[in-house]
Order: sequence, then C-alpha cells, then structure tokens
Amino acid sequence: MNVSGFDLVFYGAASFSMVTTAVAITRSNPVYGLLNFVLSLLGMAVVFYTLGAPFAAALEVIVYAGAIMVLFLFVVMMLKLDRTTVAREASWITSAIWIVPILLGAMLGGELVDVLLQKTGPGSAHQVISPQAVGLRLFTTDLGAVELASMLLLAGLIGAYHLGRPSSEGD
Amino acid sequence: MIGVLIELVEATGILLGVTLLAAGLTFAERRLLGFWQDRLGPNRVGWQGTLQIVADMIKIFFKQDWTPPFADPVIFVAAPIIVLTTVVLGFAVVPITPLVGIIPDMNIGLLFFLGMTSLSVYGVILAGWSSNSKFALLGGMRAAAQMVSYEVFMGLAVIGVVMLTGSFSLSKIVDAQTNMWFIVPQFFGFLPFLIAGIAEAHRLPFDLPEGENELGAGFHTEYSSMKFGMFFVGEYASIVLISSITVVLYFGGWHGPFLPPALWFALKIGFFIGFFILLRAALPRPRYDQLMSYGWKLMLPLSIANLAITGALMLSGIG
Repeated sequence: MNVSGFDLVFYGAASFSMVTTAVAITRSNPVYGLLNFVLSLLGMAVVFYTLGAPFAAALEVIVYAGAIMVLFLFVVMMLKLDRTTVAREASWITSAIWIVPILLGAMLGGELVDVLLQKTGPGSAHQVISPQAVGLRLFTTDLGAVELASMLLLAGLIGAYHLGRPSSEGD
Repeated sequence: MIGVLIELVEATGILLGVTLLAAGLTFAERRLLGFWQDRLGPNRVGWQGTLQIVADMIKIFFKQDWTPPFADPVIFVAAPIIVLTTVVLGFAVVPITPLVGIIPDMNIGLLFFLGMTSLSVYGVILAGWSSNSKFALLGGMRAAAQMVSYEVFMGLAVIGVVMLTGSFSLSKIVDAQTNMWFIVPQFFGFLPFLIAGIAEAHRLPFDLPEGENELGAGFHTEYSSMKFGMFFVGEYASIVLISSITVVLYFGGWHGPFLPPALWFALKIGFFIGFFILLRAALPRPRYDQLMSYGWKLMLPLSIANLAITGALMLSGIG
C-alpha cells in the first residue's frame, strides 16, 4: 500500500476529527465542548475533500460549522455559566456512565476496522464521486455502518426526550 | 520543486500585500474621513501624515498586552487569531490577474469564500463571550445575530452569478464576464451582496457589534495592544476581501480596455474601498431592530426574487 500526500492529509484530518470529538463529549464546560465539535466538523470537511467530495466539504463548513454551531454557541453564551455550573456538570459525569457508550463505540470501531481491513482506506478516491455512487454504496455494501450510526442517533433522540420531560415535583 | 517555490513566493507576496494594504488603509481612511467631514485628520507625522501608520505600529507593539484576570485565557487569545486567519484565508481563491492568484481556479472557490466569512463570526462571538464583561457580551451577541442573518442572503445573492456561469470557480466567473459584467444582468443580486458584505465586515452603518457610543468598543472592549491590532487589521483586510469579491463577481475582475489587468483590478477594488469609507462618513447607524428587519424583510425577499427571475429568464432562453 503506497501512501500519497492525499492519504496523509486524509488520515491526519480523520484522526484530528476523532480526537476533537472525544474531547468535545468529555468537556463539562459546554462552550469548550462546542468549540471542539466545530474543530471536529472542520476536520470532517477536510476528510470529505480528500475523499473527492469538495461540495460536501464546503457545505460542512458553511452549514454545520458556520451556521448551526453559531446558533448553538449563541444560546450557550446567554446561559450564565460560572464555576458552580461547571462543577455540577462535572459531577454528573461518573465512570459508570461510560459503559454503554463505550460498548456502542466499540461496535462502531469494530465495523471501522473491518472496513479498513477489507480495503485500503481512501485508496483510489482522488477524483470527484457522484452522489448517486455514494447513495448506492450506503444502502448496499455499507448498510451495517449506516444502521449502527442510526442507532447512535436513536440514543441521542431518547436522551433529548429524557432531558425535555416535564419536571416532577422536587426536581 | 521550483514550481512549489514560486507558488510559495506568490502566496506570501499576496498575503503580505493584503496585510500591508489593510494597515495602510487605517491611515487612508482617517485622511479621507477628514476630507469628507471637513476636518484635517492625521497630518503631523511625516509628509502629510504618511508616517502615521509607522507611529501607530510602534505604539501598538509596545503597549502592555493585558489579558484581564476575569477573562477565559485560551479563547480570549484565540479569538483575534480566528478573525485574522479566516479573513486572510479568504484571499486564497481571489483571481487578481489571469496569472496571479493563489488557487483562483479551485472548483469550490466561491463556497470557500462563503465558508471563511461564516467562520470569521466565531472570532467576534468568542471575543465577546471570553471577555466576560457586559459590553463585550452584548457586542458578541449582536455580531452573532447580525452576521448569521446577513450571511443567508449573501449566499442567495451570489447564486444568480453561479447560475449564469455554471461554476463556483472564481476564475471561471471572471472569464464569463469578458463581454458583459454581471452587474448588468445581476443588479438586484449585487445590491444584497454588497449590503451583506458591509454587514459581514461589520462596518458602518452596520457596526452595531462595536457601537462605540453605546457599548464602549463592543466585542473588543477588553482587548489591548497587538490583540486589538489583529481585530483592527482583520477588519480592514475584510474590507479589501469584500471589495475584491464584489469586483470579481459583478465587475468583471481584471477585465478592462487599454490598461494592464492588475491595474484594472487595483482601480476597481480601490473604488469599492473608497465607497466603504464614504459610507462611514455619510450614514448614521440604524437601531438594532431596524437592522434585523431590514435584512429579513427587505433584503432576503429581494435576493429570492432575483434568484427566481434569473432562473425563469434562463429557462426561457433569454438570459
């Protein structure tokens, strides 16, 4: 497997994304979490670009990093976050909480390693790829990964529902 | 190897040129404002005040670089860096002449520019938040609302040009204007774009994030020395960037009779920079709610209508 400069950029950006995402979900200060997530999105944009999808890369920057995350930041800025809030937030993250996410993450990671073992990563993908080809791949050969990602989205949905439930007395 | 070296020299030259031009503009703006407002402006240091920039730079470099103890130290330092970096990166896709430009034929050039302007919002918001003071926070919140709103129709306004050209590449857009500048068919795309550009650079009359008579200095109230200098240079660099993109999209880039392309480009962006400064001398600042309703109720429908009519004309084969 010969590694070109494009591959180096791909692996660099991909690991940057993964590290910043890991940092983002472990911060107790929401502003730091958001900013790390923005960095992760920028890394993803570079990944898209090296995979031959420049338009998706540009949209990732303009829509996700440049508009949606700005709105999140706008809301978080208005919450008055002092040291007590950060400390309370930190006290909620206990070690027992990590078990299920780590299991789910390990499943996704296993899938990723499986894909990597089958093929050579970005390999031949230095040309522009049509959306149709991407869609075909997603719903045929890579269906397992799509289903795993949708499980994660479901978990997020349930979490949002749990946080948004009407508060009982004394809560 | 030689090719890479030439590219590097070219990129360094362009970025250095932009930064120096931005620094020079701080002087030019004050002299022009003085002229238009019937007063003198800085005219003491050197011939007609031309050494004022040097004096200002010496002053700003030797001022105490102070980070307030109540500020968030990491983000407080990162904010001015984000502003300057994103603005300067925007120049990477600007075609200056047929041969000069860093990557003028990038296939997503226009989107790259839009992405960089939308990222520069972070610098302003984070400066406001990390300063941890009320004036700065108010300035940062105004900046967030203003820049996100005006970005929406900035993107919609340029789509007309993209439809006529069939490409996001800025050099292709300039090539498509050999016979007619896009200001003629896209006049109602040009108006929202220029207005959104002024708002993105948060220049008067849209400088509510700073609003010096209500908010101190707005989002950069707590900044001093070179960190303030970076916001300052970043603002002037973004004036140059918006002027360049306006010229490239609507005024034919380097095209023009008799004179060499580089000179035409310089003359055209000079005109727009002058226009930016004249706006500051001429117009009062609107109220905040006026600014928002102007953007959402007038400029957004105008750019959508422009888009619809351009599309209809192109489908009917006239445009």
